[in-house]
Amino acid sequence: MEPVLLVVIIFYMLSTIGYLIYLFLQKDYLQKSGFYLLATGFLCHTVELGYQFVQSGHFPVSNLYETLSLAAWAIAGVFLLFQYRYRLKILGIYAAPLVTFVMVIAARLPKVPSETQTILNSVWLVVHVVAIFIGEAALALACGAGLLYLLQENNIKSKKRGFFFKRLPSLELLDHTGYACIVTGFTIMTFGLITGLIYAKSIWGRFWSWDPKEVWSGITWLLYAALLHQRLTFGWRGRRAAIMAIIGFAVILFTFLGVNFFLKGHHGDFTRL
Amino acid sequence: MGSMLDIVLLGLNHKTASVALRECLAISEDETSVALKAFQELPAIREVMLFSTCNRVEVLMIVQEKKNAVGAVKDFLSELKQLPVSEFEKSLYIHEGDDAVRHVFRVAASLDSMVVGEPQILGQIKEAYQMAATKKTSGVLLNKLLHRTFFVAKRIRTETGIGDNAVSISYAAVELGRKIFGTFEGKKVLLIGAGEMAELAVEHLIRNRAEDILVANRTFETGVDLAMKFKGQAIRFDEIENALKQVDIIISSTGSPNYVVTRDHVKGIARRRHNRPLFFIDIAVPRDIDPEINRLSNSYVYDIDDLQGIVDENVEDRNKEAIKGERIVDEAVISFRRWYENLEVTPTIVELRKKIEEVAKGELKKTQHTLRHLSADDIMAINRMTDAMVNKILHDPTMLLKSNERHQEKSVYLDVTRKLFKLDNNTS
Repeated sequence: MEPVLLVVIIFYMLSTIGYLIYLFLQKDYLQKSGFYLLATGFLCHTVELGYQFVQSGHFPVSNLYETLSLAAWAIAGVFLLFQYRYRLKILGIYAAPLVTFVMVIAARLPKVPSETQTILNSVWLVVHVVAIFIGEAALALACGAGLLYLLQENNIKSKKRGFFFKRLPSLELLDHTGYACIVTGFTIMTFGLITGLIYAKSIWGRFWSWDPKEVWSGITWLLYAALLHQRLTFGWRGRRAAIMAIIGFAVILFTFLGVNFFLKGHHGDFTRL
Repeated sequence: MGSMLDIVLLGLNHKTASVALRECLAISEDETSVALKAFQELPAIREVMLFSTCNRVEVLMIVQEKKNAVGAVKDFLSELKQLPVSEFEKSLYIHEGDDAVRHVFRVAASLDSMVVGEPQILGQIKEAYQMAATKKTSGVLLNKLLHRTFFVAKRIRTETGIGDNAVSISYAAVELGRKIFGTFEGKKVLLIGAGEMAELAVEHLIRNRAEDILVANRTFETGVDLAMKFKGQAIRFDEIENALKQVDIIISSTGSPNYVVTRDHVKGIARRRHNRPLFFIDIAVPRDIDPEINRLSNSYVYDIDDLQGIVDENVEDRNKEAIKGERIVDEAVISFRRWYENLEVTPTIVELRKKIEEVAKGELKKTQHTLRHLSADDIMAINRMTDAMVNKILHDPTMLLKSNERHQEKSVYLDVTRKLFKLDNNTS
């Protein structure tokens, strides 16, 4: 394993440990160290990705290792931003382990240098991939906020104030943060899909080719669009919104990985081992 | 300096005295000032402060002569309150030295309170100390002791959880609300009925910046009065269903035998409310709020038993945290004792030096008389030599006394030093 990659993983792991201890001891400095460790890991990760990009000359999404690494990078970055903005400290106990987990999986995968593909060098493609990844990272956080919401709501409804009752913030904050994640994620994802369409037009001459990945992306997009619509018109919030955020992310996971493993299409290379 | 001054605390509290007796002996601010003045004039008492709350009356003093001081305080209380000493003597506790210090620390840290961790007591002690300071009845020892006390109390509050979590029904309700809404800013509250606990809860909410208060009462007039009190709006009882569309928190405390708010009421309005959460606090027995409402989405119902359950749990948590507090108190008592003993060390060292220097000077003088042929320079040289000898002789004993030895050993050394050099006979 490259030393930089190892450093990245170590920082992510330390951050996870920091957040886990924070969960138990509730000392603010632990949460802060978790945050800064993750930020440091993220910076190293950025450098590592940039280096790969420059060295190989193509955007690093040509195999599953690179794709997962980019996904972890996006989740870490989006989490850091949201944490900075919303201060939902406890979300770190979801985000840090998730980032670490994805990175560890990625690091264990073979890193075969792929034959140069000229199609991986268009600006549209880079924008498309980055936007989709950042958007989906935000939706991953929405799923985390949703899980925490359900946990806390169950605490309050069942009147059994357990371990998490004290440690989790108010329903309102969880709901609000989840919503903000979805709005952000949805917007960026939409942008990513549009650039994808434009890119497809420039390469294959048509916007849409009924590729399974495209179809499932469309389904994902419609699902989140419906969720936002319901929220804006009927005030779908709380429990239902939380469950939808979790289902939505499950669909994203399928679109992201499942489609490539079970179905075929022109997005196949991303997950090639 | 002969025997050490004693720290003595005399008092009674909710554990030793009945409410009736505590009421009888409660001392007002004016009486406190009179009492301090009277105590100040007693030769047995060097420093004194006095505090009285609804749960305790305590006199903390630095005394020269314990027996006289305690007797005088008892007599004074008896005279002030027109109550024979025998009536309250059995309820009194008298602590001395470390025990007195520990007691003050525990009281200030609210470890000795009826509800462990209640925050008022520290403020009350601060006021009592201020009073003693302005009346100049506190001195070096009390100043030091009280500053330590405040420090210890603060440390216990920040390092343990004795002040965490609500221990009253209305606070418990407010804290729950915080877990639902985060903040009460801009939230609307509906009070149905009336009652001390319910009104207290409304007050807590207002203090936490809840904005609009609606009051519904069977007797509209009572509702209007209550609404005035909360700067809110009175509504008629049959308007409750309609009001549910706009409020966020409902506190109910009526004598109604049936549910005042039913599941159907709430189910019908969820959409109109855009599914904003509704929090019902049901303080009434029999209950006012249909418990089935808790099953509806974004609606939460807590009745008095639920809230009492929380309070009980919290009290238990506080008691657990109090154990940590006791440990901090023990540490502080030891560290205070060290300081106190060092107070005693310094005069001993000074007296010892004085004695040796006197001996040296006396002998020097005698010698000078017999050796008249010495020049001024020679005498100077002999003086310097004597000074150096005194310093060298005293150096090791001084270092030993000043060292941070264990306190028992230290008091032994002090005692031996005073005896070896007959320091006590010197001064008396």
